[in-house]
Amino acid sequence: MTSGRPTLGQHVPLLYPALVLGIFFIIPFATMLAVSFFHRVEGAFYEPAFELSNYARFFSPFFGRALGFSILLAGVAAVIAVTIAFPFTYLLTRMRRRNQVPWLVFILAILSLSEVIIGFSWATLMSRTAGLSNILVWLGVLDQPQAWSPSFPALLIGLCYVGFPYTVLVLYPALSRLDPELPEASRMLGASPVRSFFRVVVPVLRSSIISAIIMVFVFNLGAYVLPQVLGKPQHWTLSVLITDQAIFQSNLPFASAMAIFLMVVSLTLVGITLMLGQGRRPS
Amino acid sequence: MSGLRLEKVGKSFGLVVAVRDVDIEFPQGKFVCLLGPSGCGKTTLLRLIAGLEMPTAGRILLDGSDLTKTPAHKREFGMVFQSLALFPHLTVGENIAYSLSVRGVPKEKRRQRAAELLELVRLPGVADRHISQLSGGQRQRVAIARALALNPKLFLLDEPLSALDAKLREAMQVELRQLQQRLGISTIVVTHDQREAMTMADVVVIMDHGNVQQIATPLETYRNPANAFVADFIGISNLIPGVMVDPTHIEVHGKPMRIERAPAGFAAGSKVSLSVRPEEVHIRPAGEPGENRLAGTVSFIRDLGSSVEITAQCDELEVLAVTTPRERPQAAVGEPVTVELPVAACVVLAS
Repeated sequence: MTSGRPTLGQHVPLLYPALVLGIFFIIPFATMLAVSFFHRVEGAFYEPAFELSNYARFFSPFFGRALGFSILLAGVAAVIAVTIAFPFTYLLTRMRRRNQVPWLVFILAILSLSEVIIGFSWATLMSRTAGLSNILVWLGVLDQPQAWSPSFPALLIGLCYVGFPYTVLVLYPALSRLDPELPEASRMLGASPVRSFFRVVVPVLRSSIISAIIMVFVFNLGAYVLPQVLGKPQHWTLSVLITDQAIFQSNLPFASAMAIFLMVVSLTLVGITLMLGQGRRPS
Repeated sequence: MSGLRLEKVGKSFGLVVAVRDVDIEFPQGKFVCLLGPSGCGKTTLLRLIAGLEMPTAGRILLDGSDLTKTPAHKREFGMVFQSLALFPHLTVGENIAYSLSVRGVPKEKRRQRAAELLELVRLPGVADRHISQLSGGQRQRVAIARALALNPKLFLLDEPLSALDAKLREAMQVELRQLQQRLGISTIVVTHDQREAMTMADVVVIMDHGNVQQIATPLETYRNPANAFVADFIGISNLIPGVMVDPTHIEVHGKPMRIERAPAGFAAGSKVSLSVRPEEVHIRPAGEPGENRLAGTVSFIRDLGSSVEITAQCDELEVLAVTTPRERPQAAVGEPVTVELPVAACVVLAS
């Protein structure tokens, strides 16, 4: 090789990922971006144009509230899911390998269920006629059965249920690699097992916890089945409204504009979270 | 009753017995090594003492009080782990003062104590550094300082030097021993390296298959091994099968070998092992008369510079002899020689 210039042959291995990325991500995204500036034709579809009215329409109290609610719901559900899943996964990885397998199979089984089935199952469980409140009535805790769904807590429970197995799978490798002598060293230095968990295990795995929260948050932002099944109309997320605009109102330009806006907002939030996560690390 | 005492301590994991019926009295202020091959139960025994495992049988007593059921965080023992287990999210100083901050000691006092301990392990001025910025030997010292922060009643170390390279390990052995003597702290170290145990320990506890094989000073285990396992594990030994004839004679391959009086309990006709250290075996010219001699052929010579190892084949018996280059006998591979097992060097062990 006489010059430092790479030959064409050296670029070939890069062609495949570039092709995949182009076909499955860049082209659809570019299309969506273009459509978001198009002009909607009432009663028909849309025509090429360049107008900002789709974005302008977005800045209304109604859609602003939907965006705020979507982010709040996704964030709260992500934090709850990780708060439950982290100690669960920690205890799971402390078990013997042989005993971990049934639990992991069980968690993977939840993943194989469709969101629709999960949504309707929870709706039934929290209904007045056939729900869990009947057991509380039978136990004498309640006077009469209550309908817990649709409601905000019902929606939150549904999202946490769906997010939980993903969180466990994301946290599992990091927690498996954690040196078991770290919490033991903390115990030898006088901290109880619970205190050792909070003073050593949680801070050592902070970056894993943050990435798990971000993953479930982004995952929750895209939820559009559960809000319709377990939530009231005021609990509909932006994703539900996007689906509504795209499919039922045939307003693709507005749906595209909302999708892009949602993406920009969530990417910004993820960026801020990552920066905060790194900023607190002692240098 | 001062010091640590184990009474019939046992631990099984399901059907696997890791430690069986261990009775040890640890002398106050001494350096004790738990020594044995991997899987012998020495680490489990240390973890039982630390409280990280709970025994399935027996009692653990410290200064006469029973702490069998006391959890690890209330025992106030210092421990250095095999992986060192330094907290990666804390600085060196915060690592060392961790036990103080758990107890709510104010920050200024914690810094002062951390600086003191860094001085003790000869690593001053690194309190604000991060663990990842330290070398292996420095991390070792930080782990030791952290374990000593509360002036523990007992200092436990689990294969503490295994991550260091050979040269640094030897230096740390000496340093650890000197530190222990200076502080006068009762110390228990787990190791599989008998050289390490010989360098540091006042007392060694030799274990195999969950059982204690011998508790003695290092020199005693070398000179007077309790059984064939100890003789083989501590240093190198020729273990020669024989049959007891009378208290001062053993028959080896039909030839009588004189011994210094055998310990009681060996009846005439019982099978025994004769243990002879290689450096005590003499290689003589073929046919030289005298007692305790076997005829053999040189099968291998390993010249190591500082010493010469000669392997002689006496019928189906292989005997190893080690001499200095100056005393090297005139013998080459394949030549016949006479192997002498001096009377004073013959130790009789149960076979």
